[in-house]
Amino acid sequence: MSALFKDSASNLQAFIRPDVQPVAEPGTGHAVVGDKVKRVDGRAKVTGQARYAAEHTALDMAYGVVVSSTIAKGRITGFHLDDAKAVPGVLDILTHAHRPKTRSLGLFFKDMTAPGGTPFKPFHSEGVLYSGQPVALVLAETFEAARYAASLVRVDYEVEEHETNLLENLDRCHKPSRLKVGFSPPPKPTGDADAAFAAAPVKIEAEYYSGVEHHNPMEMHATTVLRAPDGHLTIYDKTQGSQNSRWMVSHVFGLGKDKVTVKNPFVGGAFGSGLRPQYNLILAVMGSLHLKRSVRVVLTRQQMFTFGHRPETLQRLKLAADRDGTLQAVMHEAVAETSRIEDYVEVVVNWSGQLYKCDNVKLDYKLVALDQYSPMDMRAPGAAHGVHALEVAMDELSYELGMCPLALRLKNYAERDSANDLPYSSKELRACYTQGAERFGWADRPLAPRSRKEGSEWVGWGMATGTWDAMQMFARARAVLHADGRLEVSSAATDIGTGTYTVMSLIAATALGLPLESVTFQLGDSTLPVAPIEGGSAHVATVGSAVEGVCEKIQKRLLKMAKAMPDSVFAKARLEDVEFAAGTMRLRNTPSTSISITGIMAAANEAVIDEKYLMLPNMLKQKKYIRAVHSAVFCEVRVDEDFGTVRVTRVVSAVAAGRIMSPTQARSQIIGGVVWGISQALHEETHSDHKLGRFMNHNLGEYHVPVNADIHDIDVIFAAEDDRIVSRLGAKGVGEIGLVGVAAAVSNAIYHATGQRVRSTPMTPDKVMRPG
Amino acid sequence: MNNFSFTPARAVDAALMQIGPGPGSTTAAGFGKFIAGGTNLIDLMKENVMMPARLVDINGLPLDTIEAGSDGGLRLGALARNAETAYHPEVAARYPLLASAILAGASPQIRNMASNGGNLLQRTRCYYFYDAGVPCNKRVPGSGCPAIGGLARQHAILGASEHCIATHPSDMCVALRALNAVVQVQSPRGVRTIAFADFHRLPGNRPDMDTTLAHDELITHIELPAAPQFAQHSAYLKFRDRASYAFALVSVAAALDIGDDGLIREVRVALGGVAHKPWRIEAAEATLVGQPATTESFERLALGLLEGAEPKGLGLGSNAFKVPMAHRAVVRALETVAQGTVSNDGRDRGGEAGAAGEGSAS
Repeated sequence: MSALFKDSASNLQAFIRPDVQPVAEPGTGHAVVGDKVKRVDGRAKVTGQARYAAEHTALDMAYGVVVSSTIAKGRITGFHLDDAKAVPGVLDILTHAHRPKTRSLGLFFKDMTAPGGTPFKPFHSEGVLYSGQPVALVLAETFEAARYAASLVRVDYEVEEHETNLLENLDRCHKPSRLKVGFSPPPKPTGDADAAFAAAPVKIEAEYYSGVEHHNPMEMHATTVLRAPDGHLTIYDKTQGSQNSRWMVSHVFGLGKDKVTVKNPFVGGAFGSGLRPQYNLILAVMGSLHLKRSVRVVLTRQQMFTFGHRPETLQRLKLAADRDGTLQAVMHEAVAETSRIEDYVEVVVNWSGQLYKCDNVKLDYKLVALDQYSPMDMRAPGAAHGVHALEVAMDELSYELGMCPLALRLKNYAERDSANDLPYSSKELRACYTQGAERFGWADRPLAPRSRKEGSEWVGWGMATGTWDAMQMFARARAVLHADGRLEVSSAATDIGTGTYTVMSLIAATALGLPLESVTFQLGDSTLPVAPIEGGSAHVATVGSAVEGVCEKIQKRLLKMAKAMPDSVFAKARLEDVEFAAGTMRLRNTPSTSISITGIMAAANEAVIDEKYLMLPNMLKQKKYIRAVHSAVFCEVRVDEDFGTVRVTRVVSAVAAGRIMSPTQARSQIIGGVVWGISQALHEETHSDHKLGRFMNHNLGEYHVPVNADIHDIDVIFAAEDDRIVSRLGAKGVGEIGLVGVAAAVSNAIYHATGQRVRSTPMTPDKVMRPG
Repeated sequence: MNNFSFTPARAVDAALMQIGPGPGSTTAAGFGKFIAGGTNLIDLMKENVMMPARLVDINGLPLDTIEAGSDGGLRLGALARNAETAYHPEVAARYPLLASAILAGASPQIRNMASNGGNLLQRTRCYYFYDAGVPCNKRVPGSGCPAIGGLARQHAILGASEHCIATHPSDMCVALRALNAVVQVQSPRGVRTIAFADFHRLPGNRPDMDTTLAHDELITHIELPAAPQFAQHSAYLKFRDRASYAFALVSVAAALDIGDDGLIREVRVALGGVAHKPWRIEAAEATLVGQPATTESFERLALGLLEGAEPKGLGLGSNAFKVPMAHRAVVRALETVAQGTVSNDGRDRGGEAGAAGEGSAS
């Protein structure tokens, strides 16, 4: 450690460079909710000023490289560390047998989104629970030394037999724990689905299989712990919730809230992988506490496959209908994998009781515990699989009926939720169907499969419905209005690339009528006012509502100050009588009364107005409604059935997701979701070697996601919707809905093209090609 | 990744001195390796799959030209980049099969870096070879082959052994095999040439050896014999899990020479993605000479090429689909080249492109 640094807190502070604060470009001017604006963090990102978790540094930085287990189950019986320790620059090697003290109770390792069971505790014992488990952390003066030494670590294991194969262990399925925030177990059956199925004239029954997927954000999971001389830890962690990571570090290491700050001002994608703090966080803190130095731990791409994943899932659906298409029975069962230590649960089957009107519904959801790491929420968790299977089954039923797939859905359109008999807070799905079908040209679709061939390719059109919850949680926000008209708003929210900075700035600018570049929104810091983890498509409805709420408090203060001015035209005005626009406050019915915000501040001689606001959802009102977003997805595929190659040449996604606050970023979310839906349909799967109990295609060369050449036209429509039950803004969320239903639409289009039904995703060439 | 020395070489002789002596195995740890584009070697080093003690940087050697060869052919420098080669006017005009094969591989960024010599030496993308945490006979001789009975979806259906079922990953090499290319190499013992058919090996009981190149031999050039008879009738079709940046499940390099009488004068077909080396059987091609260029003839050649094909693995991990896929690929490719040449230059990668996802008949 440098002497310069040793006892000077100010030197460390000098090294912790402040994070760049995204703000709209000068000259952007006035923009309000609903306007198309450029993302305010764009320049910081493309110029490299936005620094990610592994890009922070310190004078006393040490580097940690993780050694991963090669066996799937067993015990560590010994380490051979001499060769590794002999590498120049190696400081120490942490293992379960040699590490700083942590609390041992599983409870302390539970983060805010943990499911039922006991979380994985890194370096807790000699037990190996899954292949790829971290077993040692090599700490060195340079990353290169740590990486080389890590390759020299040898571990002895006592191997035990493992089980990683879901399909061979279905008989071990169990009813899962329901202990996870946001999870609802399948509702009780309604009517008599078995009898209705038996009696109905038209029915289908099929199994649907989906392989494992990993999130694979571009930015690898990483943690940089910057240690101040007084022991305070400033931690840059790749997470979707700085306060969740802070909470976990405090609990695991018994460090008070004042000893730990977690920051995540920029996150290079996450898709759910950052909902739970990952082992890089715990190991980096261990390294820092052990060495009393700053420490950085970055996982490799291979190690990105050694924590949560979207679980392998097998589903069985039975649908029955009258000859006119009226649904008589819906039965949907799912079996998914989980780890031995936690019951990871997601809502897979419940959608089938909600999306269409049907009086006889029976749903079931079970888990099989395997020697894997616990699965984890991944974009549209549960719905990605469950709605996919339902929507392919609906397509199968439509052919059985000889009915247009869209007509079948309209025939069974749910005006109320069947399971709970509740109305929707808003539901513009019908508009999605209509507008999407028109834009796509669905009316020209021949009913029969194998109707159109161009060159060597069969052309098919398919559609599907998508749905996701419209959630709202609680959040706080703070706003500081300066005398010069600058507004600083903050909340411990996260921007995983979705546009949080932009939309929150826009909401605040709208509320106070300020130019967009006068507003900053600060996020990504555990010391800021409480915000939920960014997940579930709830950030706008939640944090956005808190931002609007705190701005309303500032509006009230400004009005009060204006009233106090001599001969004020606002003397008798109430808040609803005034509006904020063009940097001014004015009476709604007399726009000529405008007075500038800075003028009000000057007249009152106030340097700042500083307000805080707690936004609590109106649960009493919300629970009287089903709150959901919807979509209708239409797509065209071209299939060369000799080789099973599929091109998705056209997609129209029509989405109803409440008021669209920032259309440019919302559209990007939907496009990204559609691309991922195509990936789910055609490309993406983590392959497990069950003899080794190990994921094998753990790199981006072999874990396939679409490349540019796979993606063609994607058209996004937002159907008008405004939902003041979900949020005071009228907004719902757009994070997940873009993905839901896309894979089903692709699958249904493949059937329409070729007449071959593929019930396993991804639909790779070997599954799609005409059998040999 | 281990520590290694990195030495630039200014002349071929110096490079051969710097690489130092080594045993037969080109994969063993501790020995020297030449490095050019590094697009595969660096990856393998990061994964601890290859651990050379010395890297000799050959990018400064004067081997980056593309020039006229003897007997009307073309001579490709080992250090000419894949992209330069594919877009070289002489290559594009006279060897469209080679250009289209190169452009079917990797990504533009990788093709800009990757050298021609390096392309010949790229190693299999078998999952097991790439993961130092599991056994692999190619990486650690004698440790076993979990791909046999494991995830074999991408593996060989032809020419595999009980020790290894890996496939050769190159696209360029499939075309070079069809074009009867010759590899020129130099070592302290002098210069020699290796026929392309003999350059890559089948795994047998030495899967650690991909090629017949000795440890201290440097590829200097690739010679293309004159092949004007194929320029108007050649294509490289590649079938893969996505439209670009994926290794072939099956690929085929096909070239036809059709006489004025409509009968086949000569046919060349090599398959990629099916074996430890580009797969070509000259005897099967010979049976088509003098025959009409019809689907029936092409089917016969496909059957001959795939004789003895043996699928590996079970269920979703199986590569059984490759047998019909390869058969159809051969037929489709020959039907295509009977009509003209496919360029794979991406000009028409819109919604209406052909079955291979790219390319067009011209």
